[in-house]
Amino acid sequence: MIPLSAYVAVSAVLFITGLLGVLIRRNFIIVLMSVEIMLNAANINLIAFSHYLESMAGQLVALFIIAIAAGEAAIGLAIIIVVFRGKISTNVDEMNFLKW
Amino acid sequence: MVLVFFAYFALASIAAGVLTVSLKHPVHCGLALLALLVHVSGLFILLNAEFLWAVQIIVYAGAILVLYLFVLMLMNLKTDDRYFHSSYLYFLVPAAIGSLLVLALLVRSPFGGAKGDATTEAILEHGDTHAVGIKMFSEYLLQFEIVGVFLLGAVIGAIVLAKTPRPASKERKV
Repeated sequence: MIPLSAYVAVSAVLFITGLLGVLIRRNFIIVLMSVEIMLNAANINLIAFSHYLESMAGQLVALFIIAIAAGEAAIGLAIIIVVFRGKISTNVDEMNFLKW
Repeated sequence: MVLVFFAYFALASIAAGVLTVSLKHPVHCGLALLALLVHVSGLFILLNAEFLWAVQIIVYAGAILVLYLFVLMLMNLKTDDRYFHSSYLYFLVPAAIGSLLVLALLVRSPFGGAKGDATTEAILEHGDTHAVGIKMFSEYLLQFEIVGVFLLGAVIGAIVLAKTPRPASKERKV
């Protein structure tokens, strides 16, 4: 029997990996991929607790998180296309034209 | 046997996550993300969540990842020489120390709480999909409808954002 803390540890490591990706990568698409890694880590946590505490609520919330991740990916990639059309770069350091 | 599968899926998903963050070419990062999603779905199987396994494969690996790869293909990116933040070591070292501390705390803490009524035997009687469906359309109906409206808004927003702007007509240009 695998202890619950093993799943929580895997999820924490994945979450930190995604967080580091958001912080250190410069390509906006990779930043969005790192956000997906973090959402997956949260899903592992929710489903592990749902299994070990014998409640369905965690699986339902994980399902909603997947739906929201789909919406986030669609909107984020549309924004990248708009930015890329005007200014040929996906570097997050150069996306500052809303600054004043 | 379950332990072997768990070790494989956990280590492979962590390795794929690290590769996603550290590889240079964006398409390679996308493929590493695909490996991560498939191995995480393996963890879902070990937790008796077959419906979420199917949703993970269909929605994440089938739809979201293909969307990412399409955008990467359309943009034809050049890989920069400097693809990390200039001072990423300042993030990396404190993150490593802090995450080791958090991991030590997490592994030692006893997790517990009030147990619900969805025992493994109760779920396996009709299957996980049945249990998820019964719960979703009784207790979580409002949230389900809200997610539906949210997805509609996301679809409309994506279409409006990504549409080619119409060239200004001649009459309006004074």
